[in-house]
Amino acid sequence: MAVEQIVMPQLGESVTEGTIIKWLVTPGEKVNKYQPLAEVLTDKVTAEVPSSYSGIVKELLVEEGQTVPVGTVICSITTIEIGKKEVNQLQADEPKVMLRENVDMKTRFSPVVLRLAREHGIDLSKIKGTGRGGRITRKDILKYIKAEEERKESEMTMSLTEVEPPQSVQAFSTEDRMREIPVTPVRRTIAHNMVRSKQEIPHAWMMVEVDVTELVKYREQIKDAFLKKEGFPLTYFAFFVKACAQALKEYPILNSEWQGEKIIQKKDINISIAVASENELFVPVIKNADEKSIKGIAREIYELANKARSGQLRPEDVQGGTFTVNNTGSFGSVQSMGIINYPQAAILQVEAIVKRPVVINNGIFIRDIVNLCLSIDHRVLDGLISGRFLQRLKEILENMREETITIY
Amino acid sequence: MVENRHHQLGLSDETVLEMYRMMVLTRRLDERMWVLNRAGKIAFVISGQGHEAAQIGAAFALDRTKDYCLPYYRDLGVVLSFGMTAKEIMLNAFGKAEDPNSGGRQMPAHFSQRKNRIVTHSSPVTTQVPHAAGFALAAKLENKDFVTFVSFGEGSSNQGDFHEGANFSGVHKLPVIFFCENNGYAISVPLEKQLASKRVADRASGYGMPGFTIDGTDPLEVYRVVKAARDRAVRGEGPTLIEVLVHRLTSHSSDDDERSYRDPEEIKKIREFDPIRKFNHYLRSVHLLDDDLENKLEEEIARIVDEATEYAEKAPYPAPETMEKFVYKEEGDV
Amino acid sequence: MPVVSYIEAVNMALEEEMKQDPKVFILGEDVGVKGGVFKATAGLYEKFGENRVIDTPLTESAIVGVAIGAAMYGLRPVSEIQFADFIMPAVNQIISEAARIRYRSNNDWQCPIVIRAPYGGGVHGGLYHSQSVEAIFANQPGLKIVMPSTPYDAKGLLKAAIRDDDPVLFFEHKRAYRLLKGEVPEEDYVIPIGKADVKREGDDVTVITYGLCVHLAMEAARKLIAEGISVHILDLRTVYPLDQEAIIKAAEKTGKVLLVTEDNKEGSVMSEVAAIIAEHALFDLDAPIKRLCGPDVPAMPYAPTLEKHFLINTEKIERAIRELAEF
Repeated sequence: MAVEQIVMPQLGESVTEGTIIKWLVTPGEKVNKYQPLAEVLTDKVTAEVPSSYSGIVKELLVEEGQTVPVGTVICSITTIEIGKKEVNQLQADEPKVMLRENVDMKTRFSPVVLRLAREHGIDLSKIKGTGRGGRITRKDILKYIKAEEERKESEMTMSLTEVEPPQSVQAFSTEDRMREIPVTPVRRTIAHNMVRSKQEIPHAWMMVEVDVTELVKYREQIKDAFLKKEGFPLTYFAFFVKACAQALKEYPILNSEWQGEKIIQKKDINISIAVASENELFVPVIKNADEKSIKGIAREIYELANKARSGQLRPEDVQGGTFTVNNTGSFGSVQSMGIINYPQAAILQVEAIVKRPVVINNGIFIRDIVNLCLSIDHRVLDGLISGRFLQRLKEILENMREETITIY
Repeated sequence: MVENRHHQLGLSDETVLEMYRMMVLTRRLDERMWVLNRAGKIAFVISGQGHEAAQIGAAFALDRTKDYCLPYYRDLGVVLSFGMTAKEIMLNAFGKAEDPNSGGRQMPAHFSQRKNRIVTHSSPVTTQVPHAAGFALAAKLENKDFVTFVSFGEGSSNQGDFHEGANFSGVHKLPVIFFCENNGYAISVPLEKQLASKRVADRASGYGMPGFTIDGTDPLEVYRVVKAARDRAVRGEGPTLIEVLVHRLTSHSSDDDERSYRDPEEIKKIREFDPIRKFNHYLRSVHLLDDDLENKLEEEIARIVDEATEYAEKAPYPAPETMEKFVYKEEGDV
Repeated sequence: MPVVSYIEAVNMALEEEMKQDPKVFILGEDVGVKGGVFKATAGLYEKFGENRVIDTPLTESAIVGVAIGAAMYGLRPVSEIQFADFIMPAVNQIISEAARIRYRSNNDWQCPIVIRAPYGGGVHGGLYHSQSVEAIFANQPGLKIVMPSTPYDAKGLLKAAIRDDDPVLFFEHKRAYRLLKGEVPEEDYVIPIGKADVKREGDDVTVITYGLCVHLAMEAARKLIAEGISVHILDLRTVYPLDQEAIIKAAEKTGKVLLVTEDNKEGSVMSEVAAIIAEHALFDLDAPIKRLCGPDVPAMPYAPTLEKHFLINTEKIERAIRELAEF
């Protein structure tokens, strides 16, 4: 004796369900194999469902009028002879798909992982892969980038809160007396760098007065012809950068950076120049300024400033600076205290050239005078060496005259 | 006294002269294209020489202001009768941008011009037959009194599409005229190797339509039978199959040489059945044509063919960048 | 909004379009009095009469060829090929004629036909009632091939196909007919042809598929939530011409792409999708592009074991997604 089940058959190619219209048998009734059990209606046909077994109807599991999916058990039948269990081949297992062996995939990188690593300057050896065989997945690297950004963000917020205590806000706390200005990413970076520089570097300041009368005279004489010939202006700033590069060559300690345990002195003299646009400040770099002519420097100043103002600076334009020269004189300033461009060791502010009465050999003369203000990292530099550097710079500039200057 | 057959058919003297003129124009254009091909100026010619009486007799029996024609590649006479100009035929032969058939996209003799109800066709033969049933079905569904005229060679009458299209039209009693231009050859294969039945027209009875086999070198006989078929179609009595017996006076195409499979005697003999010469005789016998008129007509046609050739040769080819146009309907098209 | 089956949605679209445009008519085998072997045209013969719901002889080439003629004249025929497998005698009419009519006539003629055909297996249909035939047509510029995955899409896309001025092949999965049910608005709407649809947003693995396999992939995605695997599903809807932009975007979303089709693997629509991704999204890929397709045997066999082995199912998709997720 065994209990067998009759299921709703699939009556038609697209049929997925059927409705029992009428049972043709009752529980307890004896049925023969292939004897009709019920009338079934589907979307496509009306048909009689036959029994697959001979035996006694045990139970009707679906009521008349009820619709059930194909494959639902609709009734059970107690068979008389011990029936061979019909093998349902549809249940046969599918062959297992072979998984690839777990080979080491730690250094096999997918195209997207390599691209993201390059774009974000990430050392892939720092990331732990969660993919097969320890492979670094796209998700792993995205997670790492996000974590890094969050870390930097929180560092920045911390320094900013320390530097800018919020008391001042209260004085203007009525809404119409203040305006909220959203902080742009560039502004935030500037803020971050300034805070870092001021917090880490013990600044010291010095200033010298330089007589550039001869330089002024010479430049006045050639500037128009230069512009006409070269297509870009011959600014004073180019002369100052050139002089500065020359002095740095002689006092290389100013061209260095503090690294805690050691001071790193740079062989290349790469001068960062500050360029301001309306709301932002950029410091593009004139690489190997000591190897360039005044004309070459003038051209680079011109091109970098243009790029900065039109937002076209590329990462390589702002990287690698070793010393900063800031043209504060362009705003008419005659004295200022610069914040060092971290992690450099010094910054030179070139102030405005002004005509001043000067006593020379007991006579009073009207001369073109400029103040040069130097901020130094007192961990790296002392007053003595810095003073010598400034003296040398002054000397170079005061000797710049028609006979000594080579523009090209 | 010779019998005036065209008056009996209700055709005016002007109309039969116009038919003759159309036959000559068809022939001269065809001949010019062979010359241009042999001169290396056009890549391909496929000819209707020998079919002119059948084509023009049939076309003149149709209502050329509303009927649709679905021609095959030899039907130069049909499309000229339906309104395509000599110039347009030459533009087509050269593959120039201005060609109304396909703008230089299809090979020559693949006719199409919607404004004249000449339906576009392809190179795989007989595909136009079911299309003809489709146009006729539209006439029936829209209650229009146009008929569709579909022509093909006897070789095509063996294709499935012929049988499917004929049967469909027969079942639905559609206004279609099946016009089989039987020239005895499917390229090189002669009739007896193509057909199990004696006549193509024998096949009509299988599709519940009348079938006729007639002399395709006699434009008036063709006119008569096609006219009757058209009347029957318009009355809603269904399609007709007309088989016209013609001779192919040239090789299959400019890339074929019939001398490799056709008896030289046969090639010589069929010239006697030139339908243009036959019709010329008839028109002279009823005093509609004399040497003067014939010369005038030939001169006029020579001028038309010359002008068409010259125009088409000078016309620009399609610009390469137009190649990707009209794969699908483009935005802004109506 | 009424919940209707996939085939009812097809029927609704046909009825609505026939009502609103007297130029629309249907022709095919058994489409009239019987209402179609699957009942897709049920009730239309009664509503629109024998002139607009035409029972044809058994002549696939004529079913398409006659429709082409009527379409060139200006009518809007909808041809039904009883099973996609039987479309072969009509291939010359579809490829040599319908696909090229606009192009070869330099835009003088057009051929606005729709050819509907049920495709796909899993219904004990054997070799000739189970095939997917889209790849045969999916390199024929001039044709459009639409394969909707839901009742909603089926109605909106079929209406768009009927209104389209170019030939459209409209393949309906026969197992979807009564298996899939969904909300379908009674009002008039169309879904643009040529636009794929994101059926599910996710960020671990992208599945790109169409037709019934969308349904199977959605089920697999639901099951995989428990394992923390998030699946992005793009339904191509139109398999030719392909929506390249959507494919690239979907591939870039996760960098791990599984392409699923019930069709044989070689030269399938998915081969082209894979090529598009390889050409345009290489630097966003985090794993090899993976295809889950029917095996390269001529067609689906009849015996239940063989049929099941051939078919794509939820478990196979699940397994393939999991493998990619773990990669």
